[in-house]
Amino acid sequence: MEANKFVVSTSPHVRDPISTRWIMCQVIIALTPVTVYSMAIHGIHGFYVLISSVAGALMGELAVQKGRKLPVTLGDCSAALTGLLLALTLPPRVPWWIALVAGLVATVLGKQIFGGLGHNLFNPALVGRAVVFVSWAAHMTAGYAKSARIGIANTATHRLIQKALADAASGASPLAAMKIVYDPSLSYTGPAGVPKLQASTYYKPLLLANPWGCLGEVSALLLILGGIYLVITRIVDWRIPVVYVGTVAALTALTGRDPLFYTLAGGLLIGAIFMATDYTTSPLAPRGRVVYALGLGLVTWLLRFWSNNPEGVMFAILFMNGLVPIIDRYMLPRPYGKRGAEEAGKP
Amino acid sequence: MNEAWRYFLLFFGASLVANILLIRFIALCPFFGVSTRLETSLGMSISVIFVMTMATSVSWIAWNWVLKPLGVGEFLYIPSFILIIASLVQFVEMVIKKTSPPLYRAMGIYLPLITTNCAVLAAATESVKPGFFTKLNITYNYGFPEALVYTIGIAVGFSLVLILFAAMRERLELAPVPKFFRGVPIAFITAALFSLAFMGFAGMFNL
Repeated sequence: MEANKFVVSTSPHVRDPISTRWIMCQVIIALTPVTVYSMAIHGIHGFYVLISSVAGALMGELAVQKGRKLPVTLGDCSAALTGLLLALTLPPRVPWWIALVAGLVATVLGKQIFGGLGHNLFNPALVGRAVVFVSWAAHMTAGYAKSARIGIANTATHRLIQKALADAASGASPLAAMKIVYDPSLSYTGPAGVPKLQASTYYKPLLLANPWGCLGEVSALLLILGGIYLVITRIVDWRIPVVYVGTVAALTALTGRDPLFYTLAGGLLIGAIFMATDYTTSPLAPRGRVVYALGLGLVTWLLRFWSNNPEGVMFAILFMNGLVPIIDRYMLPRPYGKRGAEEAGKP
Repeated sequence: MNEAWRYFLLFFGASLVANILLIRFIALCPFFGVSTRLETSLGMSISVIFVMTMATSVSWIAWNWVLKPLGVGEFLYIPSFILIIASLVQFVEMVIKKTSPPLYRAMGIYLPLITTNCAVLAAATESVKPGFFTKLNITYNYGFPEALVYTIGIAVGFSLVLILFAAMRERLELAPVPKFFRGVPIAFITAALFSLAFMGFAGMFNL
């Protein structure tokens, strides 16, 4: 910020310690427990993914800012946070170079090309993930841990459905397993004598220790605690995660499936708490945020149950990011002192 | 398959799963041309829905009642469709200009722009001529109601993306985008990223 040493602005002049760096660090603090726990569960493979993804994000940011001769802003922690969030959405066994490419794409194509922090239209971490997801789909779906290092969830039914998947190289995430159970064309009933896989089997592992999934999906409990921390420190608006998760749960229940399982499983919690709430890519006004979160829930529900993939959070957030400019345009925040939103919201 | 459900799938597939702009990349010229402002893209959207619906209706009649019975459809369908669509739209434009000036102001200027657009011809050909239907996994019998639903689906998908994209570009105008990416280049990159989001719809409802 050397360029404008003397800031000219109108009163009131209020100094506040909140800076970009402070906000980003709060989010990183909220993510620390789940990251550390994930490293403990996934071991060295998870660590490789984390390091390469963060390194890719930092390198991308540094290269663009050096190349454009702009002040380097690695110190505001935003690129590091992007890399960390990205790593938490990647499968633990994905090759390190895919994580590196995802990190580079996230900061270069996802953020810097739009002019840097605050100007990107799509969530950078999810742009990075989506690019590698469609480019190396085989690696991205086969990168899940096969066996549990700790055996909390290693129940007989889960082991059987792992066998039914007949994919020796990879394990199935809980969402993928349930997708098979519900798929009428496969009509999976399970071997004789074994009860059909119940969603409730997964409650405990999903909350406490879930090795079948992306790095950030190891424990729903830690994610929720991180979310509560961010809401208490007023870093994120509670409306987006609460309405998003609530919509998904309600629609899931209406479809006749287990709402608790579909709330805890997959990327819903990490997406709702840490990604959908990104300042730049979510609407400004409270009313717009509720609309945005409702849309997120609806699209996630549609994609989860009726598309090819078992999970739809990533595509849902990217899709709704695309709707944010139009939501902002028609649902502007009410300026202080104005009576109605309609009066203020004339575009 | 339930008939109403099939029509819904046809509409859903044409508008989102096989979106004409972001999945099939047809009609990029008006997409990048008029998406700089939200007002123009709104006018354009109404015109596209109107023109596509008319073009398909007329092409359906021309194909089933004239070209196919005469046995000249296989090599005459492109020139005849273009000619019929263009002259019809020009005629309608004149009628609107005389009878309803407000409607003409809303969409009149866009009508001549899209009469010979590739998306209009694509929608007409695919929904009318056997063998040209997109690779949606759905039974399609080339009847008149199906053709209409399919075409309106394409047009609505076009309009949806155009309007959303215009709002994005208005925001991008204020962003400090690197100089050599300003304008159309950053628009192409944004379209690519938005297309990535649309890839999530691939295979929905087994389409």
